[in-house]
Amino acid sequence: MSSLQIPAALKDPAASIPAPVPGRRLSTRWISTLTLVTLLSIWWAVTAGGWIEPLFLPAPAAVLEKGWLLATQGYMESTLWQHLSASLGRIGLALGAAILTAIPVGIAIGHNRIARGILDPLIEFYRPIPPLAYLPLIVIWCGIGELSKVLLIYLAIFAPIAIATATGVRTVDPAKLRAAQSLGATRAQLIRHVILPSALPEILTGVRIGLGVGWSTLVAAELIAATSGLGFMVQSAAQFLVTDVVVLGILVIALIAFALEMSLRALQRKLVPWHGQSH
Amino acid sequence: MALLQLERISAQYPGATTPVLADISLTLGPRQLLVALGPSGSGKTSLLNLIAGFVSPSAGRITLDGVPISGPGAERGVVFQDDALLPWQDVLANVAFGLELAGVPRQQREQRAQEMLALVDLAGFGNRRIWQLSGGQKQRVGLARALAADPRLLLMDEPFGALDAFTREQMQELLLQVWRRTEKPVFLITHDIEEAVFLATDLVLLAPNPGQIVERLQLDFGQRYATGESARSIKSDPLFIETREYILAQVFSQRSAAPRQEPA
Repeated sequence: MSSLQIPAALKDPAASIPAPVPGRRLSTRWISTLTLVTLLSIWWAVTAGGWIEPLFLPAPAAVLEKGWLLATQGYMESTLWQHLSASLGRIGLALGAAILTAIPVGIAIGHNRIARGILDPLIEFYRPIPPLAYLPLIVIWCGIGELSKVLLIYLAIFAPIAIATATGVRTVDPAKLRAAQSLGATRAQLIRHVILPSALPEILTGVRIGLGVGWSTLVAAELIAATSGLGFMVQSAAQFLVTDVVVLGILVIALIAFALEMSLRALQRKLVPWHGQSH
Repeated sequence: MALLQLERISAQYPGATTPVLADISLTLGPRQLLVALGPSGSGKTSLLNLIAGFVSPSAGRITLDGVPISGPGAERGVVFQDDALLPWQDVLANVAFGLELAGVPRQQREQRAQEMLALVDLAGFGNRRIWQLSGGQKQRVGLARALAADPRLLLMDEPFGALDAFTREQMQELLLQVWRRTEKPVFLITHDIEEAVFLATDLVLLAPNPGQIVERLQLDFGQRYATGESARSIKSDPLFIETREYILAQVFSQRSAAPRQEPA
């Protein structure tokens, strides 16, 4: 575009027509916003027009109103915040435990041949199994209490973090390792000063993937055996055909997942500013 | 002062039939700048890796001041071809890294790092991030990092190979100044003939299959630069050009002789 404009401008500056103004083109963000607005309008239109029964799809206003009610008075003996904090507490606990164990395990797999031989097949064996497939076994072993749910989420988060860490450790630039060795680094110093920071971008990506998997597992686990939590709220509302609570629950679950992903991306930008830089 | 000795060194990769290096003997002592020059495949990098301790020789002995070398260590500083700096640290922390590993207190090691940065003309760059530096600046940080740990000798693995011609010449001159000021023995490998002739006090020419020394020369162009003569006048000196052409002829004669030569 510019290669066409420049010769024209050189020939006759006065006659330069402001043909395609660069600002006119819609940015990607605007296109996304427009899509959302359009969807909301369609939702509002079909419900306000009475084309769809509120039982199947309540109006946006009704859902919002219900949201307010849930936040202040609650549903199934707990407010929205109590359901939310129950869910967040579970995933937080599982995530903390997974980070504390999966990163050392990943470093061991990536760094040590014997550890890789022992742990790699175990992780690769259970990783592809959908968590809900082994949930019954966990319930048989650990009951239907909090432990089962947290354990299930923990297992779902553990594998992606361990695998990502191992990959990060394996792909450490050998020149950086040699540089540290030639400066007198011991084995422990190599891990602390070179391997861990090198693998940090991969570790954070693993946490992002793990949180995504963990969140969907959490909601699914709460659908089956729980007395609080967002998944429980949606499930019990569905049994009584309280569609507005169902829709609201789904929206809140989606919003939390989105917020988690965004904050982890921000954390990644802050913690590993060198990632993606051509250094 | 440091004295590095290589006695009849051979090296072989596991599974390979021909050795990478065969029967190499070298000494590197005070006020020497030893350049190993050779085409790719002549085992230059293997030779440096042996001295650095990253790999072990299959035969022969490497000693530093009489002590056999086993594994990498801080008394042999290495400057790498692709800087190998740590991007999660700023420039100052990179330079001070060796001292940090050795447990030197922060204030002391940062002061030493500042001195080293000044030595390589990068005073005031301490707070920059690694990715904000140019290629030449990164190599200078790499040199400062190796020097900060106060090694007994300096190993340089094609340190200017990835730089553009202008920067390379500046870096060569900087290296000679640093070499003269620190008085550390330097072992440098390169495939650039002019660079080798300009820098070396002692030049060894390596030939491939297997890597062996085919020519040893003692030169004084680097010393002439260190005592104040300008780089341009040295490089346009007929003697310099003659030496360069002589080595070029040697490299080509090796190359044309190579197919007929049976691996020794």
